[in-house]
Amino acid sequence: MPPPANQPNIRVVTLNIDGQDLSAREDETIIEVCRENQIPIPSLCYLEGLSVWGACRLCLVELAGQNRLLAACSTRVAEGMRIQTNTERLQRYRRTIVELLFAERNHVCSVCVSNGHCELQWLAQRCGVDHVRVPYRQASYQVDSSHEMFRLDHDRCVLCTRCVRVCDEIEGAHTWDVMGRGSDCRVITDMAQPWGDSETCTSCGKCVQVCPTGALVKQGTSVGEMVKDQHFLPILARRRHTI
Amino acid sequence: MSRTVTIEPVTRIEGHARITLQLGESGEVEDAKFHLTQFRGFEKFCEGRPYREMPALTARTCGICPVSHLLASNKACDHLLSVSIPPTGEKLRRIMNLAQLTQSHALSFFHLSSPDLLLGWDADPSVRNIFGVMRQEPALAKDGIRLRQIGQTIIETLGGKKIHPTWVVPGGVSEALTREKRDAMLGLIPEGLEIAKRTYAFFKTLVPRFTDEANHFGSQPTLFLSLVTPRGNLEHYDGFLRIKDAQGRIVEDMVPPIEYERLVGEAVEDFSYMKFPYYKPHGYPGGIYRVGPLARLNNAEACGTPYADVALAEFRMLQETGPITSSFHYHYARLVEIIYALEMMDRLLRDPGILDARVRARARSNRYEGIGVAEAPRGTLMHHYRIDDEGLINWVNLIIATGHNNLAMNQSIRQVADAYVDGNHLQEGMLNRVEAVIRCFDPCLSCASHAFGQMPLSIELRDAAGRIVDTLRRG
Ligand code: SF4
Ligand code: SF4
Ligand code: FES
Repeated sequence: MPPPANQPNIRVVTLNIDGQDLSAREDETIIEVCRENQIPIPSLCYLEGLSVWGACRLCLVELAGQNRLLAACSTRVAEGMRIQTNTERLQRYRRTIVELLFAERNHVCSVCVSNGHCELQWLAQRCGVDHVRVPYRQASYQVDSSHEMFRLDHDRCVLCTRCVRVCDEIEGAHTWDVMGRGSDCRVITDMAQPWGDSETCTSCGKCVQVCPTGALVKQGTSVGEMVKDQHFLPILARRRHTI
Repeated sequence: MSRTVTIEPVTRIEGHARITLQLGESGEVEDAKFHLTQFRGFEKFCEGRPYREMPALTARTCGICPVSHLLASNKACDHLLSVSIPPTGEKLRRIMNLAQLTQSHALSFFHLSSPDLLLGWDADPSVRNIFGVMRQEPALAKDGIRLRQIGQTIIETLGGKKIHPTWVVPGGVSEALTREKRDAMLGLIPEGLEIAKRTYAFFKTLVPRFTDEANHFGSQPTLFLSLVTPRGNLEHYDGFLRIKDAQGRIVEDMVPPIEYERLVGEAVEDFSYMKFPYYKPHGYPGGIYRVGPLARLNNAEACGTPYADVALAEFRMLQETGPITSSFHYHYARLVEIIYALEMMDRLLRDPGILDARVRARARSNRYEGIGVAEAPRGTLMHHYRIDDEGLINWVNLIIATGHNNLAMNQSIRQVADAYVDGNHLQEGMLNRVEAVIRCFDPCLSCASHAFGQMPLSIELRDAAGRIVDTLRRG
């Protein structure tokens, strides 16, 4: 989260990440400190400029003296923390999470408009996913192509809710929501109406840009042509918080 | 007692196939069928997907001629957009199609067929392959590899990827050609043309040796279907449909490809997953026709490039009158087309407008139905889509070259079996000739089997009395 402009009495804490002694403001999260210090931690639902969701669990880290793993995006730093970000156990978990994401819906990268520009693909590469060890669910999902400018392909959605948050927190339209549980869970527009019929959507395109995969894309793009641009987000987020 | 001889698998064809010969009481061949056991169900799983995914989806029906699917599919999408694509975009697509033709024909001739042609059908199978050719005719084998490489390099230069380029998009191509790339491609052509001419000259000397094969390799009369230019010349990318009969009479001409359904019907047989297209006015199975290099050359008035036109004139002399009927001469036709492709690419690359920046028309879908037809190396390829208001596919029909040739292939197998296979003597040579006749058509079977749902394959073989002598089940 971007820091509010004039916050009083912020203290500085010291902590150790992967053997490095670091200092950080006490209101920062572990992932923010890592990003500032170029310590790579995979993440999916986290996006700088949006509220923290903590759902994908890719950013898990180990805290010394505690067996439970912590999500780096939703855990604040504390004095004296000793953190490991890339142990063998973490690598194993992350790889499994990414495999499960692929198995859950139908990701056919070779025909996807986001092929080559996709955060899920990058994660798979980073986490060493060379194949998926669990059976694919192969459930069938719909495509909502009713919007003039954009398209929603549930097959490629990883339910990170970035779209929901950016639409609510930055654009202020709150077109998106999440409906259903478990494997029926999916993102919806308005009251599960076709996106093209939405009365709240302003067609600003922010959700499309923050979506990490080929789930939200621009109409008229062909395979591999959908490149997302998220530079607007930290700037807009900071402005919102300074007003 | 009836016996069944099953040749499985037919080696050196892309995909899998099985041929069954039905032997009668006295050991003579009664029936021959070419079965398709591979199922890929593309038409079904395209449903509900955005039409813009179709080029990439259908290109995956085949790793051998993905460019052809890419082009036919994008043409169907152009039709959905209702745009005419910028001339430079069209020329660039044409170049890619010709490069594909070159590499595919090179693969068919040098890698798949030359072992039979050079080493003989009766040679030991352990040497009757491309490695055997390398030992006996190293220069020819090297030429083949190089020619294929030239085609692939051009595809790669244009599309950025050899196998599944995504550079061709609905409305044109995604990126204009740079001067450097153009020059690099132009630089490859003279060498390719030299190889093509050399191979052609060499093959001409071989042809007289195969009079026997030429007489028995699918030499029955059929119709020929292909695209031609508005002037009736050789065409691979656009143009109009023409059908000639075995006597050389034009029975259909200048039919816009979007009216293909007027000409082509599709029958279904339960012994094969592949559909059986036929010429509608002649009915099924009487409307048997062939597509591909042989049909294209038979249908064309001329190639329109200098050396290829000389070769075409020589091709016509293979027979005294009329269109060339023997499927054996598919090989010959392929070599003529390689020459044409290289000459034509050279011409297109030298076109003053080829570096133009405008290569793509942008639009969204403006109609519910789109049809794209192009000539793949193996023959006419038809893509036909229907979409809903939102641009999602709700119906797909693909007719591929191997499908068009399906009837003719079965007929040819029967003919070869009649002539060469004697139930009492099953020498390698006989069986190989049955395989070889299929290889004339150069079928790419993995993409020929896209038609049906979850039908398990089951083949029953019956003797003259109708008793089942053998059953095969799959799936
Ligand atoms: S969203 Fe990403 S991972 Fe999923 S199919 Fe598209 S490119 Fe592949
Ligand atoms: S549509 Fe995109 S941004 Fe929204 S939840 Fe799915 S993957 Fe995340
Ligand atoms: S990035 Fe921390 S849980 Fe998703």
